[in-house]
Amino acid sequence: MKLGFLVDLNLCMGCKGCEVACKVENEVPLSSWRLRVKYIDIGTFPDSSRNFTPLRCNHCENAPCERICPVSALHYLENGIVNVDSARCIGCAGCMMACPYGAIYMDPETNTADKCTYCAHRIESGMMPACVVACPVEANIFGDIEDDSSYISRYIMEHQGGVQVRKPEKHTNPKHFYVGGGNQTLNPLAHQRIEGYGLFNNITHLKHVGDPHHGILDRFLAPFAAHKAVDNKSFMDFEQKKADSHDKSHENEGGH
Amino acid sequence: MVEHGINATNAVVTMDAALPGIIWGWMITLNMWAKSIGTGVVLISAFLLYRHKKESMPSIRWIMPLISFVALNVFLLFTLVDLHQPLRMVNIFFHPHWTSAITVGAWMASLFTGLITLLLAIGLLDAYPDCARHNEIAKTVRANSELYEKFYPFVVFLAIPVTLYTAVIMAESSARELWQAPTELMQMLLAAFMAGSAALVMVSDKWSQEVRKDLALVLAMAVFFSFVMYMGEYFFSFKSAEAEVTLEYVHSGGEYNVQFWMAMVLGFIAPFFLAVSTMKSDNKTILRFAAILALIGLYLAKDVWLKIPQMLPLS
Repeated sequence: MKLGFLVDLNLCMGCKGCEVACKVENEVPLSSWRLRVKYIDIGTFPDSSRNFTPLRCNHCENAPCERICPVSALHYLENGIVNVDSARCIGCAGCMMACPYGAIYMDPETNTADKCTYCAHRIESGMMPACVVACPVEANIFGDIEDDSSYISRYIMEHQGGVQVRKPEKHTNPKHFYVGGGNQTLNPLAHQRIEGYGLFNNITHLKHVGDPHHGILDRFLAPFAAHKAVDNKSFMDFEQKKADSHDKSHENEGGH
Repeated sequence: MVEHGINATNAVVTMDAALPGIIWGWMITLNMWAKSIGTGVVLISAFLLYRHKKESMPSIRWIMPLISFVALNVFLLFTLVDLHQPLRMVNIFFHPHWTSAITVGAWMASLFTGLITLLLAIGLLDAYPDCARHNEIAKTVRANSELYEKFYPFVVFLAIPVTLYTAVIMAESSARELWQAPTELMQMLLAAFMAGSAALVMVSDKWSQEVRKDLALVLAMAVFFSFVMYMGEYFFSFKSAEAEVTLEYVHSGGEYNVQFWMAMVLGFIAPFFLAVSTMKSDNKTILRFAAILALIGLYLAKDVWLKIPQMLPLS
């Protein structure tokens, strides 16, 4: 069995349902993503179109992240999934430097590398990945690509010539396919990122890698000293933050 | 010309998640720079010992391992500190993954540092016979001081892969096309020659003129060849789209343009002429100045080359 993923970009309408489902299912912290949907505008108004490209780990057959990981925290499962063992990860970020698709992030809560696992825990229980279930137009197709009768295999056969992978020149043999994609949607060098040209914000780059709340010394002390929990809930605790900023604004200055 | 307009032929990202910035930053630069000194002094001292008598470099037996020991510990410290889970470093030894150059490098660097520590202990205790005269460990070390000569060839041999493994890590970083294995391997080796000769120049005050002349020659040759390679990579990396885009950003006056050219002038062009000028005059001050400039320039150049490919969006 070799599990694969296919996204039909002709069907995707950019609702971001898959993105939200992934966040919820895997408790992905704020500022991080396992699956994201990128909006790309092509053409001149009024002859312009908006294209949506869901991006996640490609679960490469020849995965550079697995090769560079010094402790086998990134490893292959028998079904072809490239899985992460967070308990073993040393946080060297080698995998982030190796992944040509930028699909790996440093979890700010655990300070370990993390990424899409095709919801390996759900697969183990016989369920589909959360993003597949959430997609309202069935643009996400998931299944065994070694089984000729599976839906994904038949879909690939039906769309021969139109099935693409990202960066094939890297020889990573991705197990994540796209139908209906073009160079402008799949090649990050073919589209521009203009500062401040976002729909909702102009944040193009994160200012931190991993946990922004604890410094280098804290990384050594973490197992011995409990830190104040910083999780999604604390990020969302607006009322408390507001109160803190009023009462202790002077204490917030000066970093950690 | 409509075909040149963004909207006509290109696409624009209108909504996306924030991308990571620089992932491997100054700590990795410092790590590579310190390792160049740590292994470079071993390689250059081997060359000097092959060419000259020990008497022309009276302190080399202990000062070479001392410089190497300090530099290697800086290198190891920042390797550890850069990890997001530093206490799990032991996993590299208990759960090694041998396809990773990080694993192979960590094992080799640890062995290398251990052997350098041994050479340092023997070298220092032999040089200062009154030091810890009654200490049992010191006595044992002194009694086995012939181990220095036995281990030294192996340490020199080991210095080569320890110098080079970082280039293999960069080659395994498939997402960064600017780092090509053949050029990175040579740049690492040349950086070790540069840093090693520069570090030894700083302690060569009482060494013979001929030794200093050799150090100046090695420094000049290393900066020259390294500079030529940087120029080749900087201007003519045409064969990879991602490398070309990365460099285009720097060429067009991007963030690291000034730092790169400062590195080239300070660390490569100036030391070359300064070092060559001292080969006949034996001006120790100028040679030392060239060495300091080379060390500063090497850090700046490594820093630019490490950071610029990380600015490219990968998806």
